[in-house]
Amino acid sequence: MSITGLRGRPLVRTAYAQDMALLDSPAKRKSTLLIVLGSFLLPFMLTDDLLLILTLGMISAVGAIGLNLVTGYAGQVSLGHAFFIGVGAYTAAIIGGDPEGPVVGYGLPIYLWLPAAGIVAALAGLVVGPIAVRLRGLYLAIVTLGLVFLGDHIFREARSLTGGPGVGRRGPDLTAFGIDFSTTNTVLGVELAREQLQFMLALVFLVIFAILGRNIARSGVGRAFSAVRDRDVAASVIGVDLTKYKIMAFAMSSFFAGVTGALYYAVIGFFEPAAFGLTLSITYLAMVLIGGVATISGSIMGAIFVTALGRISGGIAGIIPGISQNAGSGGFISVFQLESILYGLLIVVFLIFEPRGLFGIWNRIRLYWKGFPFSY
Amino acid sequence: MTNFLQAVVNGFGQGSIYALLALGFVMIYKATRVISFAQPALMVVGGLVTYHASAVLGLPFFVAMIVGIIGGALVGMIVERLALRPMIGKPVFTLAIITIGVDTVLRTLNNRYIGVESRIVTYPNGNARYELGGVSISHQDLGLIAITAVTVTAMSLFFRYSRTGLAMRATALDQETALAQGIRVGAIFALAWGIAGGLAAIAGTFIAAGPAGMEQTSWIIALKALPAIIIGGLDSLPGAVIGGLSVGLVEALTAIYQPDVAPWLGRNFSLVAPYALMLLVLLVRPYGLFGTKEVERV
Repeated sequence: MSITGLRGRPLVRTAYAQDMALLDSPAKRKSTLLIVLGSFLLPFMLTDDLLLILTLGMISAVGAIGLNLVTGYAGQVSLGHAFFIGVGAYTAAIIGGDPEGPVVGYGLPIYLWLPAAGIVAALAGLVVGPIAVRLRGLYLAIVTLGLVFLGDHIFREARSLTGGPGVGRRGPDLTAFGIDFSTTNTVLGVELAREQLQFMLALVFLVIFAILGRNIARSGVGRAFSAVRDRDVAASVIGVDLTKYKIMAFAMSSFFAGVTGALYYAVIGFFEPAAFGLTLSITYLAMVLIGGVATISGSIMGAIFVTALGRISGGIAGIIPGISQNAGSGGFISVFQLESILYGLLIVVFLIFEPRGLFGIWNRIRLYWKGFPFSY
Repeated sequence: MTNFLQAVVNGFGQGSIYALLALGFVMIYKATRVISFAQPALMVVGGLVTYHASAVLGLPFFVAMIVGIIGGALVGMIVERLALRPMIGKPVFTLAIITIGVDTVLRTLNNRYIGVESRIVTYPNGNARYELGGVSISHQDLGLIAITAVTVTAMSLFFRYSRTGLAMRATALDQETALAQGIRVGAIFALAWGIAGGLAAIAGTFIAAGPAGMEQTSWIIALKALPAIIIGGLDSLPGAVIGGLSVGLVEALTAIYQPDVAPWLGRNFSLVAPYALMLLVLLVRPYGLFGTKEVERV
């Protein structure tokens, strides 16, 4: 029996394994393949500034998937994501950074600093885990918020590692498989600009981590997370070890956050301790909520959308009169202010009108066409 | 010893601001089971309304403060009506995130008003200080502590003796039962947000009257009320006051002693000391000092 359906009827399921398959229908398999392959063509069609936004969006998506694991799937509200991203970013910058620079750096290659960033962040998550086990709901949210402030203080004060506020430091060198991703380079006989190279790298990592996230979510671990989220008492009654799975959720999500931190600031190139404040945590929470809670594809959509928000509000500012292009006064409101207002409003509007986020919108469109022409 | 007493006095001054803000958080939490992350923005709104009334319209300080309180309360009620009322019955986490969105919007508008300069409200005779045995306190801090004491007393009398206060306590206990007794629960929500907005406005006024004035970054002060409510317990009004004062005290004492006693903690550790205290308290008591332990029904 083939794993996909029954005698030419692909949507008929005869085993649980089919229901839990990574891509559970032929349409999904085809469209996902098409999207991934199509994405590799994007660098040849878009301008460099758009590519950079998409690159950063895809890297952020890795972190958003991580936050979705702990907050969406396991139901543990975390406002501390910025701290773990910071831990990852600094671990990578220290291990992979310039040895001759003003701050500590060992100049080691990417296959050391990238896993190390994830692992050190995951260890930080393990430390937070036991506190999370004792707390529930909003108490946990506020404690993780405290973590961001304490982390911010540590990043500010560890000047030999982070450069300190107002100074900052460089990220790790982005060189992998003998290709330097920070300059124009010839790969397989094709000359590619920096943005094109970085886009491809980010896409590869996003595919790897999206599959990893999806696999965690659809495995026994993911089901245990959902049980903890839906009713922790019931979960412990049916034999889910609450302590173990809450700590696992934090460690896994922190691993994703650490990888994001490492890659993001390797692409950006330069960063300060102030980057890892509460705003960053809220940004990631917004990605998860706008994208869709407890969905991997939603996390990716949300991350790219939120990252592109600056660009989008810039576009809107060009249409609406009375919006000034510079940061100072003049006009009714500036572009940057419009961006942060839009961002706040989007969170509110999505939660009120479309609690399932972009994924929910996509799902409704899909169901409409699936039942077409009897879509009611 | 004088140093210590001076730190305690300063701590009480700053702690009063936290206590007022924490009371607002607890009010909203008790009525709606939501932690409002919009409180920082409401505080700044209140402070700015007071500033506008006193510095631009030229009203005397205390009249301006009352205008600020009314302004803060109105904005609080509008936020509740527009952003939170449609969401009744949804998970509290969702509502908490909505308040973050509201906070982002309000704060941007606030910053638009503030601009680059800091907005300072002048307190009548604010620089003069009373001295007693080497310990001094400014008129302004004394006024703040007095106003906080009056507000807290008035609030507790209100909850204890008035019909509305009783209705609020009933709503906090059980919304459906309260509804069945003829209490307009929606109005209670609005009132809770109004009171919280008003309390935040008092805090904002005194921040604007403080040495730094109201700046674009002043909102972060309000977040220190969060450790305060966690230390006191999310649903305890006395806990909020005690939590707020202890956060102020811890901050003032670490500011004086930490550079000598534990310099390895780094500069400005006092700013994050409340969060460290919060973690310590929670490790011992997961529901704060005075919070009600959640009862699990299986």
